[in-house]
Amino acid sequence: MSAVSEVTARYLNLYNDNIDRINGISSPYINSFRQKAFEKFTELGVPTRKNEDYKYTNLNVFFDHDYRSLFMPVEADFAKADEFRCDVADLDAQGIVLLNGFYPTLNGKLHQFPNGVWIGSLNEAAVRFPDLVEKHYGKYAQTDKDGLVHLNTAMASDGVFIYVPEGVVVAQPVQVVNLVHAEEDIFNQHRNLIIVEKNAEFTLIICDHTLSPGKFLTNAVTEAYVGENSHFDLIRVQNEHNTACKITHTFIHQEKNSVASSNNLTLHGGLVRNSTYHNLGGERAESNSYGLFLGDKFQHIDNFVSVVHSSPNCTSNQLFKGVLDDVATGAFNGRILVRPDAQGTLAYQRNNNILLTDDAKMDTKPQLEIYADDVKCSHGATIGQLDDESLFYLQSRGINKREARVMLMFGFAHEVIQNIKIEALRERMDNLVMQRLRGELSRCASCMVKCG
Amino acid sequence: MEKEQDSILDEVTSGEYKYGFHSDIETEKIQKGLNEDVVRIISAKKNEPEWLLEFRLKAYRHWLTMKMPVWPNLRIPEINYQEIIFYAAPKQRPALNSIDDIDPELKRTFDKLGIPLIEQAHLAGVAVDAVMDSVSVKTTFKETLAEMGIIFCSFSDAVKEYPELVRRYMGTVVPYTDNFFATLNSAVFSDGSFCYIPKGVRCPMELSTYFRINAANTGQFERTLLIADEEAYVSYLEGCTAPQRDENQLHAAIVEIIAEKNAEVKYSTVQNWYPGNKEGKGGIFNFVTKRGICRGESSKISWTQIETGSAITWKYPSCILRGDNSIGEFYSVAVTNNHQQADTGTKMIHIGKNTKSTIVSKGISAGRGQNSYRGLVKVLKNATNARNYSQCDSLLLGDKCGAHTFPYLEVDNQSAIVEHEATTSRIGEDQIFYCNQRGISTEDAIGLIVNGYAREVINKLPMEFAVEAQKLLQISLEGSVG
Repeated sequence: MSAVSEVTARYLNLYNDNIDRINGISSPYINSFRQKAFEKFTELGVPTRKNEDYKYTNLNVFFDHDYRSLFMPVEADFAKADEFRCDVADLDAQGIVLLNGFYPTLNGKLHQFPNGVWIGSLNEAAVRFPDLVEKHYGKYAQTDKDGLVHLNTAMASDGVFIYVPEGVVVAQPVQVVNLVHAEEDIFNQHRNLIIVEKNAEFTLIICDHTLSPGKFLTNAVTEAYVGENSHFDLIRVQNEHNTACKITHTFIHQEKNSVASSNNLTLHGGLVRNSTYHNLGGERAESNSYGLFLGDKFQHIDNFVSVVHSSPNCTSNQLFKGVLDDVATGAFNGRILVRPDAQGTLAYQRNNNILLTDDAKMDTKPQLEIYADDVKCSHGATIGQLDDESLFYLQSRGINKREARVMLMFGFAHEVIQNIKIEALRERMDNLVMQRLRGELSRCASCMVKCG
Repeated sequence: MEKEQDSILDEVTSGEYKYGFHSDIETEKIQKGLNEDVVRIISAKKNEPEWLLEFRLKAYRHWLTMKMPVWPNLRIPEINYQEIIFYAAPKQRPALNSIDDIDPELKRTFDKLGIPLIEQAHLAGVAVDAVMDSVSVKTTFKETLAEMGIIFCSFSDAVKEYPELVRRYMGTVVPYTDNFFATLNSAVFSDGSFCYIPKGVRCPMELSTYFRINAANTGQFERTLLIADEEAYVSYLEGCTAPQRDENQLHAAIVEIIAEKNAEVKYSTVQNWYPGNKEGKGGIFNFVTKRGICRGESSKISWTQIETGSAITWKYPSCILRGDNSIGEFYSVAVTNNHQQADTGTKMIHIGKNTKSTIVSKGISAGRGQNSYRGLVKVLKNATNARNYSQCDSLLLGDKCGAHTFPYLEVDNQSAIVEHEATTSRIGEDQIFYCNQRGISTEDAIGLIVNGYAREVINKLPMEFAVEAQKLLQISLEGSVG
C-alpha cells in the first residue's frame, strides 16, 4: 500500500508512542516478534472492504475512534471481575476470568491444576517455560492478508497460556471468561496460546462479555496446537452489547490423528468478526468448525473460516447458521483449500441463513480451492426464510403463528448447538437461544455483575 | 488398474487441436502498438461517424487510467500492448455482391472449419456471420431475414445503415468504463455482429457468428450487439477457432444483449480457441465481457457455453434481471487440460420482482489445468420473491489439476430464496468398476461418465451444436480419464 490510510495511521502512532512501555512489561521472546509484525501491519493496514476477506465488513466505524489502550492491568478493577459468576447452572468447569485482556494477578500469575494442566498468564509462561513458548508462539498465526493479526502480534502484551501435558485427559472443561469493563472507551488486544500435547483431551470454553456500556474494541488472537491423537474442543460464547466490537482470530494447528472442534456461538454483539483457521497438518486428522449467529438491530456478524488440508486422508466439516432480524447484517466467508498432496480428503461445508425482515442482509461466500484429485468436497449455501409449509403444518395443529415461528427457528439453530458436548452448557445455550429468539434476552439478564 | 487408467487418461487428454492450420490470405494490417492515432486510424479505416470516434477516444483515455485486474485466480503473463497489432483484415475486393466474389482461400478456410458460407447453408438452416481476424467477411441469409424485418449484419454495416439503433443501444449494458478489457475493446473494437429482432418476430433460424483469428501477432476485438424487441425470440450461436502459434494472442470481446418485454434470447457459445500446446506454450487469452439485460417484463436471457479452448479464459456472461418476472439462465461446461486456466462463471443481478435465475456450471480439469467458477448472485432490496438456484460441480481427472469455486451470494431481501450447491470429486473407482463388469472398457466408461456429467448443459444447446460440443468434449479430454 502506497499511502497509509488515516485509520491505519492511528494504530501506527499508537505503536510508536507505546512500544517502549510494552517491551518493558513483556518477555523478550514475545517482544522479538513485534518489529516484524509492525512492519507487516504497516504494509497491510487495517483491513478495508477492498480486502477480499473483509469484503462485507466495514471496520472503520469501530476503528476510526479514539480509544484508551491499556498495556498494563489496573489491579483495583479486578475486584469487580472477582464478583463475576458464570450463570450456567450445573456447569462443572474450572474458571478463570480476564478483565480487559489481562489475567488477574490476584490468583497468582501461573498455576497448575491438580490434573497437571498449567494455566495462567502468557507473559509469565514465556519466562517460566521458555522452550514451550518458543516452540509454539507465533508459529500458527500466519497470514499475509489480515493486518489485524499482525497488529495483535506487534502490541498485545498478555493473554492466557494453557498447557495440557502429554497423556492428560481433562474431564472437566476449563472456562475462560473475557470481561470488558471500563469507564472510558477502550481498545484491547490479548493473545492466547493453547498447547495440547500428545494423547491428551481438553475442552475450553471462552465466554466474551461486556459489563459497561462504553464503546469497546477487542482484537484477540488465539493460537492452538493439537498434538498427535489428541482431542481439543473450543467453544466460544459471545454475548456483548451493541457498541462493542469483537474481533477474534483463532488458529488451530492439528497433528496426526487429532480431532479438533471449534464452535462459535454469537448471541449478541455490535460488530463481531470471528476468523477461524484450521490447519490439518498431520494425516487422518479431523476438524469441525461450527457457528451460530443471531443478529438484530444494527448488529453485524461476520464469520470467516479457512480450512487447509495440508496432509492426506483428513476430514473437515463446517456448519454455520445465522438468523438475522431488524437491520442486522451478516457475512460468511468459508474456504476449503486442499493442497496438492492431500489425497483422500473429505471436506464438507454448509451455510444456511434466515432473513426475517426486508432490511436484514446476508452475504455469503463459500469457496473451494482444490489442487488434489482424490477428494470429495462439497459446499452448500442457502439464504431464505422460514418454510411456509412447515409453518402451516404447525399452525394446522393448533400452534399459533408466533410460537410456530419461534419453534422453527429454534430447530434451525439447534443443529449447531447439539454439537456442544457439555450437557449443562448445551442446555443453557438452548435456553439462551430460545430467549433470544423470543426477544427476551437482554445482555444484562445473564450477567451477575450489578453495574448499577 | 490405476496405471492402466492413467495411461488411458493420458491418451484421452492428449488429443490434438484440429483447427490449428493457418490460411494464406492476403491481410491488411496496421502498425503494431496502441496510441490515440491507432484508435483514429481504425475509426478512419471503417469510415465511422464522429460520435463513434468520440466513444472510442473516451474509452481509450479512460483505459490509460486503468490497471490490469489481479483478482482472478489465474496466472497471466504480462501483456505488452505495444506488441499487438490492433487491426488486421483480409484484403477485400471492394463490394462483394455474389458468393463467387469471396476470396477462394477464405472460402476454403471456412469450409475446412465446417462453416457453411454458401449453398450448403440452406441445408443447415443456420444464418452465419463469419468474422476473420478483425473483419466480418460474409453474412449469409441476410436477405431472407430482412424480409421478416430482422437485421443481421456486421457491426460496421450496422453503424453505416442503422446508426440510430447502434447509437441507442451500444454501451448501455457494458459501458465503456466497465472493466479493463471492456474498455480496451471499446477503444479499438474492429467489427462483430449486429442483430435486431423487431417486435413480435420469432427468428425462424439459428443465427450464428463464427470467429476466426488468422493473422499472427494480432489481437481480436469484436463486439456483438443483440437486441430482441418486445415478444421477439432468437437463438444465437457463436463459435471460435484460431491457428496454432507459439506466441499468445489476445482476444477481448464484448457481447451486449437487450431483451425487451416478453422477449427471449438464447445465446450459445462453443469456444474452441487454440489452447496452447502440451507444455502450455502459445494459445489465446480469452478475456471476454458478456452481459445481457432483461429490460422488459417477463423477458428471458439464457447463456449456454462450452469452453474447451483458450490458454486462459476470463469470462462471466451475466444477466441483469430488471424487468419483473424476468428469467436469467447460465449453463456452462468448462474444460481445462494441459496448462489451460479458466476463471469463469456468471453474475445474476435481481432487480425486478419475481425474478428467477438458474446457474449450472460443470467444470472438468485434467492435466495441469486450473478451473475456477466465480459467480455472483445479488438480490437487491426491492426484488421480492427472487429465486436462484446454483449448482457448480467439478470433476478432477488427474492429480496435478485443480478445481476451485468462488460463489458470492448477496441477499438484501427476506423473501428471496437463494441456494448454492457445489461438489468436487473425481470419477470414482466404483463407477468405473460398475461399467467394467458390464463389459464397458475403462476408456469408454470414462467417456460415458464425462458425457453424462456434462449432459445437463449440452442438452441446452441447439441440436447441431450439441453434437459438435459432445465431440469437442471428447477430443479435449482425449487421454485424460482415470
